[in-house]
Amino acid sequence: MDKPGETFGKHVTRRAAAMVLAGLSRAITGVRPIWQGCAPAGRQRIYFANHASHGDFILLSTCLPPKERARTRAVAGADYWRKNRVRHILARDLLNTVLVERNWVERAEDPMVIMLGALAEGHSLIIFPEGTRNMTEEPLLRFRSGIYNLALARPDVELVPCWIENMSRVLPKGAFLPVPLLCRVVFGTPVQLEPEEDRHAFLARARDALLALSPEQQRALDHG
Amino acid sequence: MVEAAWLFLGLLAVLTGASAIATALSWKSRRKGDVLPDALANLNSRIKAWWIMVGAISAAFFFGKGGVILLFAFVSFAALREYVTLTHTRRGDHWILIGMFLVIIPVQYYLLWIEWYGLFAIFVPVYCFLAMPALTAISGDTARFLERVSEQQWGIMLSVYCISHVPALLTLAIPGFAGKGLLLIAFLITTVQGSDVLQYVFGKLFGRHKVAPKVSPSKTWEGLIGGIASASLLGAALYWLTPFTPVQAGLMAALACIMGFFGGLVASAIKRDRGVKDWGHMIEGHGGMLDRADSLVFAAPVFFHFVRYFWT
Repeated sequence: MDKPGETFGKHVTRRAAAMVLAGLSRAITGVRPIWQGCAPAGRQRIYFANHASHGDFILLSTCLPPKERARTRAVAGADYWRKNRVRHILARDLLNTVLVERNWVERAEDPMVIMLGALAEGHSLIIFPEGTRNMTEEPLLRFRSGIYNLALARPDVELVPCWIENMSRVLPKGAFLPVPLLCRVVFGTPVQLEPEEDRHAFLARARDALLALSPEQQRALDHG
Repeated sequence: MVEAAWLFLGLLAVLTGASAIATALSWKSRRKGDVLPDALANLNSRIKAWWIMVGAISAAFFFGKGGVILLFAFVSFAALREYVTLTHTRRGDHWILIGMFLVIIPVQYYLLWIEWYGLFAIFVPVYCFLAMPALTAISGDTARFLERVSEQQWGIMLSVYCISHVPALLTLAIPGFAGKGLLLIAFLITTVQGSDVLQYVFGKLFGRHKVAPKVSPSKTWEGLIGGIASASLLGAALYWLTPFTPVQAGLMAALACIMGFFGGLVASAIKRDRGVKDWGHMIEGHGGMLDRADSLVFAAPVFFHFVRYFWT
């Protein structure tokens, strides 16, 4: 999807970067999408996933059909990606991320406004509701409220849970060379906000829907 | 090489025959019902994958030594990736794991390219096996140390060291057989892979008594004996590819196929231990690279050393 006000050169660079990254992530991880709870449809979606590696959103977008990939943007932390010039250029021009400020005492712009703006432009989004990369032994951290606010504001956009498997071993925090390991992304059944459902109940339910796609849970299912 | 052309034509004929039979069966079953039975769908994708594999090997042969070395370096890469995915790794192993892919595989195959046999034979079992635990110890993380180190080493052994003995056949100076190393590789691959297929066929037709029911329910004595006997006959019939007499060719094929059987059995035991059915999904209908190469892993080094000892 075209970005308003983008020069032709930048547009070509961005599309080329997206193709190279998708090719690389396929060559290194042989990534396979498992469409377990939904099909790769053309409708606007918010993909929410577990987060432990910088490679996560590249892997997830590699799994999407080309058209959907072109209009899907990842939401990332502005404090990290604006820290220096290189990161900022990477995030803005090459990875085409939606940058939001996480520290809400000092922030100038409301993340909700920015994310809803991107949705209004017709983009699909990739979000990591844990808010940061998970460095603990826990499979999944507590969810932040953003996903609830999005579900409340845009009930027409599907919220798809996506479990990213193995990427944290391929490219752990702080590493810049990836280890080639096989990865999968499991897409679950979309989660909808029920009428009268409060924030806590919805966040817990969305988290459980994502956790149910993790290999441990899936194995438990297989063996009854 | 006239022999290579004959072998290629022979494989083409076998694959065409297999495709024709599978197409006829699919057509017949489609007329009866709408859905293809799983076994038949699997047979179709298996045969399709065989076409691609025979195509890839033929292309590599066309480029000679360099092509074959590159092909098996890639097989090692894919096999090691599948293997490491199933092992227990920790954050501190990151550099070792990268080294396995970016240093050990290239060095092992480069040693083949320059034909430095002395170092090729000991680079993995001496230098890598000492360096890897040393580097793991330096990283400071001792949790499950022995388990991690052993898993890494055995992965290198199976996926890199053993598999690299297939192209190593090119480096053997066999009197009266100069420049024909590729044919010996073709002989090994054809008999070992043929034995896999024949064991499967004999097992499906006559299989009753399981060899190791706890490890692999699909391996039966009838399949094993029928498959290895017929693959040995196939080997004897292919003696013109080799420096062997027909009887020697049959015995060498039998040796490779028996080793191949153990390779498949060990691979099944690892998969069972890790609770997976296949190593991966790289080759449609077959599973991963290791699902196809497991028998070659065990057969190649033993076949190589027998040829090296008795024929050079």
